[in-house]
Amino acid sequence: MDHTLDITLTVNGERVNERVEARKTLVDFLREDLALTGSHVGCEHGVCGACTVRVDGAIVRGCLMLAVQCDGAAVVTIEGLSDSGEVADLQAAFEQRNALQCGYCTPGMLTAAQELLKRGAMPSRDEIREHISGNYCRCTGYHAIVDAIEAVAKARAGRP
Amino acid sequence: MKPAPFAYAKARSLDEAVALLGEHEDARLLAGGQSLIATLNMRLSAPSLLIDINGVGGLDGMALKDGMVEIGALTRHAAAERSDVIAQHAPLVARAMPHIGHAAIRNRGTIGGSIAFADPAAELPACLLALGGEVRTHGPKGKRTIKADDFFKGLFETALGPQDVLTAIRVPVAGKDTRAGFAELARRHGDYAIVGLAASARANGKGLSDVRLAFFGVGATPVRTKKAETVLASGDVEGAVAALDLDPPDDVQATGAVKKHLAGVLLRRVAKQLMEAR
Repeated sequence: MDHTLDITLTVNGERVNERVEARKTLVDFLREDLALTGSHVGCEHGVCGACTVRVDGAIVRGCLMLAVQCDGAAVVTIEGLSDSGEVADLQAAFEQRNALQCGYCTPGMLTAAQELLKRGAMPSRDEIREHISGNYCRCTGYHAIVDAIEAVAKARAGRP
Repeated sequence: MKPAPFAYAKARSLDEAVALLGEHEDARLLAGGQSLIATLNMRLSAPSLLIDINGVGGLDGMALKDGMVEIGALTRHAAAERSDVIAQHAPLVARAMPHIGHAAIRNRGTIGGSIAFADPAAELPACLLALGGEVRTHGPKGKRTIKADDFFKGLFETALGPQDVLTAIRVPVAGKDTRAGFAELARRHGDYAIVGLAASARANGKGLSDVRLAFFGVGATPVRTKKAETVLASGDVEGAVAALDLDPPDDVQATGAVKKHLAGVLLRRVAKQLMEAR
């Protein structure tokens, strides 16, 4: 039985071939093998959300998925979301409203928020809070984060 | 922490998964991994082999079969949450779904994994018990069907044999007179409950019959409270609260006494839901 396996996937649109240990989590693979250090490692058991990344269009915990499980998958990290401009308005709103202090949770927070906003419906503040309930922020108390996400939702919907 | 080394194999069929389980005594099945990988990371579990069943066909999706709603083991929580079949025909499961984990967890976690893992504070095992559902398995001797009342044996212990693969769960299709109730108390939305309650009943005139109350977070398994069920069917909510024969142990979240009190709070809330028209 194999302890290391070859995987092929796309990360932020680029094709990647690597040999990985079966036990390596997706977030460690991204950070250590691909030097994509925007995805953060916090609790390593699925509680904090700092490692949130997008796999095949849906957000997942990077610490609760193995790299070998991503063979054939399309992975998008905060680097991809940032470079493509997909979350440019969210990033600006976070900055403007002080929705980050230390910034450790921010990549996961932006990735989670973008999944909610991408659905297109105008979320209520409660829905925003529910959607980011899996992402811990220890600095801001969340109000500014909810404000920023709500502002972008309104702006994208063309509302004042 | 990081997992201890293990080997990885991707099963292409149920028979291959069953055979691999037979060849490797301490192998574990990997479905959504939302509990398993956390325990690997914390080295609470160190299997020699993970058998990934995500590539096995025919294990996901929700459909009506033989008067039951069948939910495939690999169905993701997020898919069940958005499913019209579940919303229409399994309203208790639909009510419970938003409480399970967080968005990123629900995108990945599976229905079968939640039942097979049998966390005593998890929502779905209690729903399965409250609905009088059943579990379908595939093992070396073929298929088996296990009733929910016989499935949860102890702390993280089920009626699954060492080579059994859980393939689906089935719950009765809700009729016009079916009532569902669900409530839980958690420190943070989406976390495991301090105490929770999944309930089903049939409307019988102005009263209720076939009341099934399954509490979670109060013991080693989801727990039915049959005395309280009988009293609640007679319409006496306060009597049912008094009849709760629960003896929850203390845990990191709350003392047993607090849990017992909260169970009564939840029963009052859920009784209200059960008595509302669907």
